Amino acid sequence: MKIIIAGDGKVGATLTRQLSAEGYDLTVIDSNQHVLERSLEQYDVMAVQGNCASMETLLQAEVNDAELLIAATNADEVNLLCCMTAHGLNPKLHTIARIRNPEYIRQIYRMRELFSLSLAINPERQAAQERERLLRFPGFLKRDSFAKGRAEIVELKLDENSKLRDVPLHKLNGIVKCRVLVCTVLREGRAVAPDGNFVLRAGDRIFVTAPAHDLSALLKNLGIVTRKVSRVMLCGGGTVSYYLAQQLLKGGMDVQIIERNHDRCLQLAKLLPDASIINGDASSRDLLSECGLESCDALVTLTGLDELNIIISLYGNSQGVPQIITKLGRLDAANILDTLPIGSTVCPKELCSSNIVRYVRAMKNQTGAAITIHSIADGQAEAIEFLVDKSTLHCGVPLKELQFKKSVLVACISHGSVTEIPNGDSTFSVGDTVVIVTSGEEVIYQLNDIFA
Amino acid sequence: MNYKMIGWIHALILSVAAVFMLPALLICLFDGDSAATRAFLYTVMLTAAVAAALLLLCRGASKSFSAREGLLCVSSCWLVVSILGCLPFVFSGAIPSFIDALFETVSGFTTTGASILSDVEALPRGLLYWRSFSHWLGGMGILVFLLAIAPISGRNDGSTMHLLRAESPGPNVGKLVPRMKQTAKILYLLYILLTLLNIVFLLLGGMPLFDSVCTAFGTAGTGGFGIKNDSIAGYSPYLQNVCTVFMLLFGVNFNCYYLLLLRRFRNVLKDEELRLYIFTAVAGVALVALNLRGVYATSGETVRHAAFQVSSIMTTTGFSTVNFDLWPSFSKAILLCLMVTGACAGSTGGGFKCGRIVLLFKALRRNINELIRPRRVQVVHQNGLPIDEKVLKNTYAYLSAYVGIVIISFLIVSLDGFSMTSNFSAVLACFNNIGPGLDAVGPACNYAGYGVISKLVLIIDMLAGRLEIFPILIWLSKGMWKRQ
Repeated sequence: MKIIIAGDGKVGATLTRQLSAEGYDLTVIDSNQHVLERSLEQYDVMAVQGNCASMETLLQAEVNDAELLIAATNADEVNLLCCMTAHGLNPKLHTIARIRNPEYIRQIYRMRELFSLSLAINPERQAAQERERLLRFPGFLKRDSFAKGRAEIVELKLDENSKLRDVPLHKLNGIVKCRVLVCTVLREGRAVAPDGNFVLRAGDRIFVTAPAHDLSALLKNLGIVTRKVSRVMLCGGGTVSYYLAQQLLKGGMDVQIIERNHDRCLQLAKLLPDASIINGDASSRDLLSECGLESCDALVTLTGLDELNIIISLYGNSQGVPQIITKLGRLDAANILDTLPIGSTVCPKELCSSNIVRYVRAMKNQTGAAITIHSIADGQAEAIEFLVDKSTLHCGVPLKELQFKKSVLVACISHGSVTEIPNGDSTFSVGDTVVIVTSGEEVIYQLNDIFA
Repeated sequence: MNYKMIGWIHALILSVAAVFMLPALLICLFDGDSAATRAFLYTVMLTAAVAAALLLLCRGASKSFSAREGLLCVSSCWLVVSILGCLPFVFSGAIPSFIDALFETVSGFTTTGASILSDVEALPRGLLYWRSFSHWLGGMGILVFLLAIAPISGRNDGSTMHLLRAESPGPNVGKLVPRMKQTAKILYLLYILLTLLNIVFLLLGGMPLFDSVCTAFGTAGTGGFGIKNDSIAGYSPYLQNVCTVFMLLFGVNFNCYYLLLLRRFRNVLKDEELRLYIFTAVAGVALVALNLRGVYATSGETVRHAAFQVSSIMTTTGFSTVNFDLWPSFSKAILLCLMVTGACAGSTGGGFKCGRIVLLFKALRRNINELIRPRRVQVVHQNGLPIDEKVLKNTYAYLSAYVGIVIISFLIVSLDGFSMTSNFSAVLACFNNIGPGLDAVGPACNYAGYGVISKLVLIIDMLAGRLEIFPILIWLSKGMWKRQ
């Protein structure tokens, strides 16, 4: 399948990495030759230099033969024009545009219709939603939901005092007093698929599958004390901040935004009359304590500089802020940050590329495609949700009698409104949704791929 | 300065005024009142002659002008129309003194309703009609009327916006539709419609046609000239209640009615100025009615009088059903406060305007917040929309000009030796375009006792109040008269 990626920025590069690893033929368009050369050095792709909205460039990128175009330049209007032009040149083309201007949010569905976009993605908004979900349920580092929110994979970090320290996994359910499943453990930067005899250690990050309604019991029985977040401080007033503040304010939280640029402050004050907008440098300790950082329930660092975000988060931790979220825009090596107490990290580009990857896989095979895909354990494992249909093999057969591929784990089965953490006797039938966790090299395109 | 264009607009305004005098002329003819007929005939001829001369002199004017020309044009138009409009009173001998006649006419056009006449009923009907009609025309604005009918705007320039801004009350004047002519038409159509509705309701209550028309004119313009010596007191309770309701209706921003027509009810319900307006009215009626317990025979009567007087003062109309100067001092204090509050921006009412109070309150709250947290950045919002700093700045300036004018006028008027209450309420009642004040200028008395200087000051106050101060203040500015 031929895919064109227009715009080789943060999102474009992440997509290039992921999609070329999955074996698609990629053509990358960017106006900057240096960026293209970097991509050419790293991945097996073709590069075209030029304006992605011009027909000439698109034809040069062989838009006529392509099946999918992803426009991810930093200008929404260019992305839209690029998709429209390309669609005009090749009416069979699927198009995905990145649209992130808050002013377009309400019309995004209409725009998809009007400009025949297949998908419109907004990384900042997704990142904001992700953070908002974390703040609604403080205690977890990351939450990914499946089966329309009825099942979740949550990330927890084990410290020296954790109740789960030195516990073999088969004793886990006795301690947390509810049925959960540890699907992946991230130890020293490497993802491990654990079995029942695996013993947890301090410093491990574990990914736990649980029905959504058991989450609070899980936290309680693990002795993780959380209180409802009511005061949130956001450092940096970018687009993500705006989306996040909007959602938090809707949830009745008290939101403060610290932003250095006075004009941007005014803009935010116009858009968010209920938030406190503070004009100042978030790296100043005096300002942070003046704004009452110590009494905040959560600190979210969203400035454009990863290093600054990390430093502010570290300071927040030293001041005893219970919940900290750090935005990492560029830094890939999240594992070297494991040792630092900067709370959970969210990376907009990763979030949005997993959405696109899901779409691409669904295009490849129309039946049995994934409903949701979440990348977990720093991208070393994937949790994929499938719908069981008539073409699915082995319906109604207990799991213990089936042969799965080595790296595959069935993490969760939902029958209608009942969500079950499966054991050997569990079965699935047509209409269920199944969540698979895989850490292998091989890509799982459809449900039947999991059987050996 | 584009004097030709200004002259041309004056000519148009005078023609309009001459045409509008014709019904009064007809009424005089019908009544067989030869002195009044002659007075109107002379005035119409004189006005038409001046208009024709101006038209000739200002042929081929370039039809664009700047903000300062707009401001100057509006204020001088009002002055010229008032001077010509007072001539029938002088010519007919009904009000021999020119200053008195001018006071009466300015009071009419600015929808004040302050009178120097002690016996209104003695006036010929044609003059009564003209007095009341000046309220109606002045209420929505003479120039707005001109904008609706005359080809003032050139091919495609927005300079007529300066005229609308200068004449329409409120801190934030905007168009309803893209074309100024259409905006002006919509405003006048709504205005005519509501006035007709008012006349119908009055007729249904058994009021004679002439009385209904004049009373409706007074109500629509929130003017307050009555055609009876006891204002509205002689009419039935039903008619008084009709007046109460319509006074309140004409105190509402006309944009709200337009939004209602567009079926955007939510915007109207959420309008912060309208909410404050309704809240103030209800609270005012409740407090006055409580304070008046036992003064009138039944509680229904108490509430009726309280509601009538509160609406009359708050919408700056100035009708009365009772002599509220005899009320307890708390009620009088409330009425004095309501004089300042005024109606909504974009209505025919005067006063400081509820919208400005909302803005000032929010700006004050922001200032206090900034004292507590100097780094916090805040933007004042109204009706969910951010308010431009320029609008706020204008509102502060308006407040200071308002206070300044009240103080200076009060000092000058005090020279005439009336009581403090009389002088202060006289200034407030004229400046806010209400009409009756308290004590010596109360509803049962009139302004005839003041001297020439005081009357001149009050005339300027009335004009400044109606045109929202700045078109009058610019006459004093040096920059206004400098060549550019």
